[in-house]
Amino acid sequence: MEALNTYRGGPDERGHFGHFGGRFVAETLMPLILAVEEAYEAAKKDPGYQAAIDDFAKHYVGRPSPLYFAERLTEHFASRGANGNKGAKLYFKRDELNHTGSHKINNCLGQILLARRMGMTRIIAETGAGQHGVAVATVCARFDLPCVVYMGTTDIARQAPNVFRMKLLGAEVVPVTSGTGTLKDAMNDALRDWVANVENTFYIIGTVAGPHPYPAMVRDFQSVIGNEVREQMQAAEGRLPDTLVACIGGGSNAMGLFHPFLDEPSVRLIGVEAAGHGLETGKHAASLAGGRPGVLHGNRTYLLQTDDGQIIDAHSISAGLDYPGIGPEHSWLHESGRAEYVSATDAEALEAFQLCSRLEGIIPALEPAHALAYVAKIAPELPKDHLMVMNLCGRGDKDVFSVAEVLGVEL
Amino acid sequence: MSGKTGNGNGPSRVERRFAALKAEGRGGLIVYVACGDPDPETFFEILSGLPGAGVDVIEIGMPFSDPMADGPEIQAASLRALKAGMTLSGTLEMAARFRTQDDETPIILMGYYNPIHSYGPRKFLKDARAAGVDGLIVVDLPPEEDEELCRPALDAGLHWIRLATPTSDDKRLPTVLSNTSGFVYYVSIMGITGTRSASGAAVRQAVARLKAHTDLPIAVGFGVKTPEQAAEIAAVADAAVVGSSVIERLKAGLDADDRATPGLVDGVLGFVRSLAESVRKARAH
Repeated sequence: MEALNTYRGGPDERGHFGHFGGRFVAETLMPLILAVEEAYEAAKKDPGYQAAIDDFAKHYVGRPSPLYFAERLTEHFASRGANGNKGAKLYFKRDELNHTGSHKINNCLGQILLARRMGMTRIIAETGAGQHGVAVATVCARFDLPCVVYMGTTDIARQAPNVFRMKLLGAEVVPVTSGTGTLKDAMNDALRDWVANVENTFYIIGTVAGPHPYPAMVRDFQSVIGNEVREQMQAAEGRLPDTLVACIGGGSNAMGLFHPFLDEPSVRLIGVEAAGHGLETGKHAASLAGGRPGVLHGNRTYLLQTDDGQIIDAHSISAGLDYPGIGPEHSWLHESGRAEYVSATDAEALEAFQLCSRLEGIIPALEPAHALAYVAKIAPELPKDHLMVMNLCGRGDKDVFSVAEVLGVEL
Repeated sequence: MSGKTGNGNGPSRVERRFAALKAEGRGGLIVYVACGDPDPETFFEILSGLPGAGVDVIEIGMPFSDPMADGPEIQAASLRALKAGMTLSGTLEMAARFRTQDDETPIILMGYYNPIHSYGPRKFLKDARAAGVDGLIVVDLPPEEDEELCRPALDAGLHWIRLATPTSDDKRLPTVLSNTSGFVYYVSIMGITGTRSASGAAVRQAVARLKAHTDLPIAVGFGVKTPEQAAEIAAVADAAVVGSSVIERLKAGLDADDRATPGLVDGVLGFVRSLAESVRKARAH
């Protein structure tokens, strides 16, 4: 049992982080949600389950991912400070080097091994940027399970390379036309599929959202990120990092980075939401900054919604952040003050995207480019011995076409 | 225990209606309409005409932008209604307006939790009661979340109608039936509204299973589309629920810009009448 004064004890047995989280699903799904929870609790007690995850993580995914000292960006930010003596020491957690190019595979591995334990024979998933969809299609190919990925038509248009990847991997990509054809609509349709196929289907949710036990389960699978950072930073600098920064759509990469550090009060945690065209324009995806608590997709959390409780479509240049909600544990960390949540606009992310490419030789995904945009704001004025870790949670190959378009470059 | 009354002052409208159906020896017809579809005034004309067309219980859908358990027809109806300006308070006003002309036909509001969460659950219950609403079906509030709205609704004198499904096995059923009142809504298929249909035999078996666990009336819906299917269901259950196919009729009366054309209300009510007639003959043979 955890002590009472811990931030790592959640959720409670009903899936609540404070008053967030829960199990707000139709009765049809309830027995299945309970079965997933039961299977996951049993799996956690089985050393063979974790051993299988670790084995695939090492040999198939390529973990541990490096903790890389971003020297040129560190110098760049230092040169931006008011005097020459400042500038945080920036490290990247290189989860973009994972097989499939993002952190999403960490979670997919855990879930597909669970689906197999449960005897499920068909996998469904939702995807926004396509990173999760590609990761799901990948593990489905590896474990020989049929895979159906729901993806909004808007996202299909802006993430064409990932759509093709999923198809190469043998997945069926179902275009979702309802709503604005983005991530929330894909999640609605995946839930509709699940309701109709509960007897043989496992739903691999891609982020720390959805009904209990998903937020906790996905967090557990992604915590490998933070656990590795802890060890790697100890080896590199002999101490804990001072600040952790990660972008937030649903919030899985951030939660995976933050969670192992929640009970280290000296470690500052910063989540960066997508401010789209700017918070003041209403065209953004910043659920904490611009939303209020509500219930969607199985959990209570901060949502972008109208006065009447209708969900508002999110906007972000990054398909992976384009979601009108956020994982319930983030809502709780926000209200409890343990983590800080800020935002970066489309334009700021684009600038960071290019900066990282030129200075580090790493083309980041547009999602972590938001995190870097915020790093750019605070790093210059922090002391030189300030250790900052940014989760570089995805690579930018998938984004080069849409970035070219925004920059007015014809390919 | 199940079977609580919806209010403290004798039998509720729902209880009186199901008692009357029992006395008549027939199954009832429950029709679902999405509030404010395709526009508030046309909707009110339809709503007003439902009792005369033979509807025993009216389910008014509270429109929501993300109706996860519903199929394309009801989703589209919700979005049309929202586009035409419907809100949750507008839905309550619609119910209150109906009550000024009909004090007998039970009204059940059906929808999703977020608009109610946003409105304020306590205020919603008070306002719904004042508007003459008899019961609630909130799709995404399972028994595990009963503290949110179910218990307060029962305390406020409203029926709480739960969905039971083919996945509600004998172990799960007592949980589902606890705190359920008025009637039980059996979802006859695994899936979303308006898609597949269940066979009469499967429904008969499911109703018998439910009856072993509860004395509440059993209404059966999801996938009930035609007068023949409604009759088949009403022959073995206490009521049949029809939604998507009524909305299909409504849609047939819309122009290219989703505006109502002159024959729309008659078309919808004519179809509802055919359902009602079919249901009334169901147990005659």
